[in-house]
Amino acid sequence: MTAYILRRLLWLLPILLMVNLLTFTLFFVVNSPDDMARAQLGNKHVTDAAIAAWKAARGYDLPLLWNSEAAGWSMLSQTIFWQKSVQLMMFDFGVSDAGRAIGADLAQRAWPSLWLALPSFVLGLIVNIALALLLVMFRGQWLDKLGLVITVVIMSISGLFFIIGGQYVMAKLWHWFPISGYEPDGDLWRFLLLPIVLGVIAGVGAGVRWYRSILLEEVDKDFARTARAKGLSQWQVMRKHVLPNGMLPILTGVVAVLPLLFMGSLIMESFFGIPGLGSYTIDAINSQDFAIVRAMVYLGAVLYVFGLILTDIAYAWADPRVRLGDE
Amino acid sequence: MKWWLVLSCIISLSAQATWNNPYPGGWVHDNTLFSAFSAPPKTLDPVKSYSSNEWVFLANIVEPPLQYHYLKRPYQLEPLILTQMPVVHYDAAIDSSSYTLHLRGDVAYAPHPAFNGQKRHVTATDLAYAIARMSDRRNGSPILDMMMPLIVGLAQQTNELAGLPKSNEWRDYRQFRPQGVEVIDDRTLVIRIKGQYPPFIYWLAMPFFAPIPWEVDAYYAQQGMKEKNQTWAWQPVGSGAYYLAENNPNRRIVLQSNPHFHAEAYPKEAGAHVPEALLADAGKALPFIDRVVFALEKEAVPYWAKFLQGYYDASGVSSEVFDQAIQLNEQGKLSLTDEMRAKNMQLIASVATSSSYMGFNMRDPIIGQGHEKAKYLRQAISIAIDYEEQIAIFLNGRGVVAQGLIPPGIAGASSDCNPITHVGEAGQCQRRSLDEAKSLMAQAGYADGIDPATGKALVLYYDTVSTGADDKAQLDWMRKQFAKLGIQLVIRSTDYNRFQEKMLAGNAQIFSWGWNADYPDAENFLFLLAGSNAKMDSAGENASNYKNPQFDALYEQIARMEDSTERRALIQQAVALVREDAPWVFGLHPQSVSLFHGWVNNVYPNLMANNTLKYRRIDVAQREQAQESWNKPVLSPLVIGALLLMGLVGLLWRQQRQEHSL
Repeated sequence: MTAYILRRLLWLLPILLMVNLLTFTLFFVVNSPDDMARAQLGNKHVTDAAIAAWKAARGYDLPLLWNSEAAGWSMLSQTIFWQKSVQLMMFDFGVSDAGRAIGADLAQRAWPSLWLALPSFVLGLIVNIALALLLVMFRGQWLDKLGLVITVVIMSISGLFFIIGGQYVMAKLWHWFPISGYEPDGDLWRFLLLPIVLGVIAGVGAGVRWYRSILLEEVDKDFARTARAKGLSQWQVMRKHVLPNGMLPILTGVVAVLPLLFMGSLIMESFFGIPGLGSYTIDAINSQDFAIVRAMVYLGAVLYVFGLILTDIAYAWADPRVRLGDE
Repeated sequence: MKWWLVLSCIISLSAQATWNNPYPGGWVHDNTLFSAFSAPPKTLDPVKSYSSNEWVFLANIVEPPLQYHYLKRPYQLEPLILTQMPVVHYDAAIDSSSYTLHLRGDVAYAPHPAFNGQKRHVTATDLAYAIARMSDRRNGSPILDMMMPLIVGLAQQTNELAGLPKSNEWRDYRQFRPQGVEVIDDRTLVIRIKGQYPPFIYWLAMPFFAPIPWEVDAYYAQQGMKEKNQTWAWQPVGSGAYYLAENNPNRRIVLQSNPHFHAEAYPKEAGAHVPEALLADAGKALPFIDRVVFALEKEAVPYWAKFLQGYYDASGVSSEVFDQAIQLNEQGKLSLTDEMRAKNMQLIASVATSSSYMGFNMRDPIIGQGHEKAKYLRQAISIAIDYEEQIAIFLNGRGVVAQGLIPPGIAGASSDCNPITHVGEAGQCQRRSLDEAKSLMAQAGYADGIDPATGKALVLYYDTVSTGADDKAQLDWMRKQFAKLGIQLVIRSTDYNRFQEKMLAGNAQIFSWGWNADYPDAENFLFLLAGSNAKMDSAGENASNYKNPQFDALYEQIARMEDSTERRALIQQAVALVREDAPWVFGLHPQSVSLFHGWVNNVYPNLMANNTLKYRRIDVAQREQAQESWNKPVLSPLVIGALLLMGLVGLLWRQQRQEHSL
């Protein structure tokens, strides 16, 4: 397995290089360095000299990918792509085009994102699996049918509705929670409870149906029937036999998502005023801040690849039939 | 562990009268003003910042030499850190004006680590340092190119600094002083400008000219400071009524009253229409509020809801909540709804010192300058676009139809009607009839909107950055306005980058644009049509590329004159010229509407001043009382929910038991 992981990690290098190149190309197809300068310099009194000075100060006065005026190695290294990418590959995120340290911003914003996303994810998982177990236990009966109708209804409603509706009812009408805000100290839970609850409710529809379908596949297998024949109660069969066997697809799905929890939730963070990473990339695209865009895309790619590696490892760990690499 | 957590939650909740207080500790009980911002500021560097959403913070932290009187109208400058208004002397022999600034002796910066615990007073050197810092392209001052032809020696200074080897090392700008900036002594500075340009004095009321202490500049230039966001952009230092106590643009910006703030009293005089109550605090020491909290609130819905709960002291009125907050009375004036009146709100409405207009590219062969017929076409379109209707439909009545390019409240603005588009009737401006517009179309050679070259409807092109679904209704409305004349309007929606490119290259035919006043003088609007500022030639602000030698001569004359009857007459002449030439369809001046809770005192709209926090006063006891009565938690849904859940669990348990027993 070690050799497999090492090989996958080595693959990371060309993948990240390609991601970098693709982000760079897409960004500069839409925005020229002049556009970026204008976006940063504002709407009033923007002169050519000011644009030139802005570009020179940030290294955007170089050619994009190939410097035909330079000689030798400098033809490649004296370009915007090279100057901006090498640092990034070393995880030196540098300074945003607006002048803020990206590393400091990431460190500051990652925690609120995680504080919101991790409990939402874990609680959502527990609630979804528990409800799915309940529906499977009572499959074909009124509870199962009612549950299916409710989950379809929840799936059909936009997540935004739950956020605005939840804020309106629980925060505005009933005054249970602050409508929005964030305090990292002792009061943190007061601010996170409502978005977490709404996040869980919004995800219940799809989640319960997905886990129900996984568990339904297991519930009529031989081992479950045998357990029932031996006199185990329905609850014991579900808990001791069906659930552990249904955990493999659940586990792999869960592990793949874990690293991406750092990246935050755009809508949730915006509506609840949580200063996470969710809106960082969108804000950067809107303000044409290439430094932040490439840093976030790069980070997303790294986390995604790590998520996939973790999934493979989780497969091998959970199911002895799966073998990785040469083993 | 989990019981401890539940217990701590219950204790924490029961300790609070309200559960939904969005602030830490006892902030709501303190002398604190609560406000919000929807987008983080890009920079708070005084030499660089040039946006109203940044000056909301910055103008309360740094102090330029002058400020606008809070209550006097028309807007009037007064000394802020000076003992008197600058002494201006014009020397005809060298065609140069000098501005002598005498600093007060009691002006000191807020505490900062760079001062090593010492109280640091503002000196004339700091004012000179700010100008020298502006001259360095490295610092990206947006007004440098405007000041270079004005301040004596600034251009040479800029070139000298640009010639230095590229480096990020700190530059001690005490060594780089423009020739026209002279420090006479610790308290006296002279700035010399070329020729006569009276509007220069308005720039001395902007943060660009706020003093910069060299120690702080050196402090921020140290290695590692940038990585910690310890820069002028994020930690500005000044002598203002407040200092920046917390700057987390991702969450919250907190201002705290400056312990070193100089003596300043609430104004004792006011303009003629200012309510008496606004002088209740006359002569009292400023500032009244100890702390100001700005929370990042990106969405309008939670912002408005928190305002109604009393957790924000003020709010704008978005179109989503307009009907809940505002109603139009019989005279068409804005007033509060009963719901807002019951909450003891204050409505503050004022016409913004800005103009939104539709521009014609005057270099365009069909619609531009050069032939008289095109002028009739522009005039016909100016009549046909019914901005009164647009204000009523899309702005809920929050706007005033523009009769020229200068907004009301600006020195030189007049209240007469634009004779090309309107006629004065009983003191009101009535839009001319569509028949008159059609007659102009015929004179232009497009009778019934038919282009004789093609025999079909005349096609015109409108470039816009409106691309969203919400903009569709407005664009459809605009198409209909042109269709009234038989013109087919083709909408070319594009992103802002491409739009800018088109404007620079002169590839747009018709477009919409706007201008927000830098200072309350007509010159700041007339320059938008000065030939020397044509966008195609000089990337200037004359987006229409309008060029009329008569207008340009008038503009040059107006720019060199002090406010006087003669100057106002010249302004009227210039306005009459552009009304006739119609390079713009003079659109509208938007009206800004804000609501304040009854516990916020001394609120008066001042669209030029941004350092107004120091005048505000709040009644904390009144606010606390309102917050408690408005935010009592409703517990009945909790009880009902718990009972329902218990019933469901009991039902399922019984069913399960029955099945198992079978």
